[in-house]
This record gives sequence, structure tokens and C-alpha cells, in this order.
Amino acid sequence: MTAVSPLARREARRFHLFVSPWLIGFVLFSAGPILAAVVLSFMQWNLLQTPTWVGFGNYVRMFHDPEFWESIENTVQYGLGSVALGVTFTFLLALLLNQPLRFQGLFRTVMYLPSVVSGLATALLWLNILHPDYGLINKVLASVGVQGPGWLASQEWAIPGLVLMSVWGAGNTIVIYLAGLQGIPKTLYEAAEIDGAGWWRRFWSVTVPMMSPVIFFNVVTGFIAALQSYVLILVMTEGGPGNATMVLGLYIYRHAFVYFDMGYAATLSWAMFVLVIVVTAIQFSLARRWVHYEFK
Amino acid sequence: MLLETAARPARTKPGPSLTSDQAERIRRIRRSGAYILLIISSAVFLLPFLWMLTTSLKSDAENLAFPPQWFPDSFHVDNYVKGWSGSLPFTRFLLNTILITALSMLGNLISCILPAYAFARMRARAAGVMFTALLATMMIPREITLVPKFIMFSKLGWVDTYLPLIVPEFFGVALYIFLLRQFFTTIPQELIDAARIDGASELRILWSVMLPLAKPAIAAICLFSFVGNWNQYLENTIYLRSVEKLTLAQGLGMFNGQFVTQYNQMMAVAIMSMLPILVIFFLAQKTFIRGVTLTGIAGR
Repeated sequence: MTAVSPLARREARRFHLFVSPWLIGFVLFSAGPILAAVVLSFMQWNLLQTPTWVGFGNYVRMFHDPEFWESIENTVQYGLGSVALGVTFTFLLALLLNQPLRFQGLFRTVMYLPSVVSGLATALLWLNILHPDYGLINKVLASVGVQGPGWLASQEWAIPGLVLMSVWGAGNTIVIYLAGLQGIPKTLYEAAEIDGAGWWRRFWSVTVPMMSPVIFFNVVTGFIAALQSYVLILVMTEGGPGNATMVLGLYIYRHAFVYFDMGYAATLSWAMFVLVIVVTAIQFSLARRWVHYEFK
Repeated sequence: MLLETAARPARTKPGPSLTSDQAERIRRIRRSGAYILLIISSAVFLLPFLWMLTTSLKSDAENLAFPPQWFPDSFHVDNYVKGWSGSLPFTRFLLNTILITALSMLGNLISCILPAYAFARMRARAAGVMFTALLATMMIPREITLVPKFIMFSKLGWVDTYLPLIVPEFFGVALYIFLLRQFFTTIPQELIDAARIDGASELRILWSVMLPLAKPAIAAICLFSFVGNWNQYLENTIYLRSVEKLTLAQGLGMFNGQFVTQYNQMMAVAIMSMLPILVIFFLAQKTFIRGVTLTGIAGR
């Protein structure tokens, strides 16, 4: 080959050396366990006895498991609610926080604050905020003469209550929006202004299209996170009342670490993987219609 | 952004439609509107914290009162002492948490900077495939690997030790590698070429050229890593068993299981266990927000 070749080979060798910490970790803690999870999903195993091969038994069981389908429904409801509300509300907050106003740093810190509260403290705090009788929200509603719902104590309001909590702790999303807003070139706004665009017009024709890749990022990662989240729900409701907040992650956790039904837990995790992939794929196909990229 | 551009000096305004007096008035109205919205939303965000604080100062009787009282009659600061040095060894939990968090953060830094630099600046045939694999690991639910990892670590005899919580942190975190790589790609090639001409090695370039310029991103990763590990609950609960090995997040959870939940003491401990993160956030915030600005500008 050419004289460049030994140099290129040396660079490739260095690349592999530098990448090796991640590559080893990928094999040990991602690829390996993923393969194991495939095998495991065809077995029945309670950790103590020797695993037995059950073929597609776990998968058949899953398709006939009404609790599984219920958990899928709850997961999708929670995901849609928390992303729809979270993405729009945090976007509006980020717009406000991006204004050149005094105490800007203070306001930003306040909005980020909930993100640093330990999960457990958050859970207990919101158990009290959402309490049907003496909770903060229903107290405020009562003061304006509205009878608040039962929140976590009622079947239909439990998920909306959890959605509210998720929006409260969305500080990271705000930070990502702020990053995007600061990346919009000022010249675009100046040009729009010379063309006589008012601020509402500038918002729709400059801010929203320029921000669409960032909004898209937040929607995609927000959905992935929401579909996978359950730790707070585990602490707060343990899936109740009834099965109203039994999300898929919680259902997997219960089978793996409460019933020690490792094979079925692995099967359920593959269902979660499929759910994440399907939702992400739908978003990517919709994205072509609304996400605007400056450079292709 | 909207208000800021609305407030631009009159020279870019077309035509004689607004006098500078009117423009000034509109600007003022919009600015006070923004303040009002910010103050209202801040209040919504802060209200739960206020409640946390008042709860932590209630007497035991007020703690059990039904319906509950929102404000204590007198402040019981001793809840902080009682909660911390009650039946649960919180000082021990604190030390455990510091140990796990510090080692994990160190591991994250070492194991994310090197691959990020390679992905940003080095060419190799397998690079594309590996980068796709890296991004894919961000999409795979951790539940899938949770069960096999638990089995693997229990076979190794690592259950009830800190090893399952710390060792993997030394092997890279996909999200952090991706974030750092984005930063490294924005640094001008000329700087690297100049260093190469001076005979600097790759490690030297990374250390003296890239790292100082990527300081904001490093600060962000330190913050994410710190907060994540400090509040880690699920994995700690799966792997740690003995009481003396538990962490702050778990200690708070154990308050719940006691005969009568002492919410006042619990909130006092929750506030105390939040303080270290708040200090870190205040210290990192300037570097971090500036970093966010930098990426924005450099990315365009």
C-alpha cells in the first residue's frame, strides 16, 4: 500500500488501546449479560435449583399474563403523560430562564434543586403532597373551592399523580434546553426582526425550528427514561392501588428480586426492550416531519 | 430569547412605527411579566422544600397529629441530632456513601476520558461499529442486564460487598463518553497539530490541550456521576445486605420501616444528606453553565 499505511496502523492500534476500558466493560457488563438474558429467558430458575430449559414457555406465559398487559398499558400511559407534560413545561421554563434577567443563576438553581433530592426523600415528600385529605395539592385546591382527587389512593388518578412528580424533578431536561437555546445564532433573530417579525413570529419561525433537534432529543431520551423508571413507584405505591401503578419495570423487579423467578424476569425485560425500540422507532419516523436539521 | 430580542436597540427596528419611549415601556412590561412567571414557578418548585424544612422542625406530637399541622408551634432543631444519631448508624452510612461515590467518580473520569478522546480524534476501521454499539447501550433497558449481572456478581461472591457498585464504574459509562466526545470534536484541529509538531505524545495532548479546554464537560460529568451515585438506591438495595454497609439513601428508606415513622427526624436527615450535593452543585454550577454556553457556540 502507500506510505501512510504504517501510520494509519499505528493510529488504529492507539485507538484500540484508548477505547479498551469501555470495550472491556461493554463485553463484561453489557454484551455478556445481554446474551445471558437471551439464554435465561428460555429457562426456569429460582437461583437455588439447577435451571431447567422451558423453551418458549416463558414467552407463552407472558402473552397469556393479564398482569403483564396491564403493566404495559400503565407504562405507556405514564410515558406519554410525563413526556407530553414534561417536554412542553420544561421548554417554557427554559425559555424564561434564558432571559437576561437579574437573579438568573438563582432561578436556575431553584429549578434544578429537585433533581438533587434523594429518590427516597422525593418519594416521601410526594406521598404527602399527593395525600387525598391533607396533601399540599388538595389543600390548595380546597382553598379555591375545588374538591381534589384521591391521587395515589385512586385507580384513575394514581398515574397522573406520578406524572406530576416526574415533571417536578426534570431539572436535567431544563439544562439541556438551555444549552440548545444558547446555541441559536443571534443573527437569525436579527434577520427576522429586519423582516418585521414580531416576537411570537420569531418564536415559531426561529426558536422552535432551531430547537427541534433538542426537543426531539428530550422526547426520545425522556420516553426511554420514563418507560424504564419504577424505583420511585416501588417505594411509593408498590404498584397499587390494585395494579394501577404496576409499570413494566416494577413487574420485572418483582419477578426477579421478590419471587426469584429469573427466567420470567428475563423474558419480561425483552418485552421492555421491544417496547423501547418500537416507541423510539415511531418517534424517529415521525421526526422527519417536524425536526429541522441545519446541516444534513 | 424572545424578550431579549424584543428589547434590541431601535436601530434594527424598521420604519417609524415605535418611538423609543413606547419601546421602552413594552420592554418593561415584558420584563416584569417574565419576573412574575419566574417567581410563581420558583415558588411551585420550592414549596415542597419549605414543607420538608417545616416538617423537620416539628415536635413528635405534631408529627403524629391528624389532620397534620403545616407549621410547627416551636422549632425542634434537636430532630437533626436525634435523627442522625438514633437507632440507625448514619455517620457510618455517610462514610460508606462518600467511599462509593468518590471511587465511582474517579473510575468514571478515567474510563470515559480515554475512549471519548479516541472516538473524537482517532481513526480506525472498527471505530464506526464500536460507536454504534456505544449508542445502542444507551437504549437498552438496564433491567435486561440487571438479572444476569446479579447472577454474575453473586457467583463471584461479590454480593454484600461494594465491588458490584464500584468495579463497573471503571469500565466506562456510554452517556458520559458520548457527551465528552461531543466536546472533544469541537476543539480545533490546529491546536492538536501544533502540539504534535512539538513532539507531544497522545496522552500529553489529551492532558495538556484537550482536558483544560473540556473542563466544563468534565465538571458536568463529575456532577452527574456524583449525584447519581450519592442517590443510588436500586443497585445498593440489590447488592448490599449488612446494615453497617448500607448508604444514606438506604438509611432514609429504613426510617419508613420502623414502628412509628418519625417524619420529622427523617426529613431532618434527608436535608442533611442533601447538603453535600448542594455544595458540589453550587461549586460546579458556574463551570457547568459556562460549559453549556461553550458547546452551543462551538457547535455552530
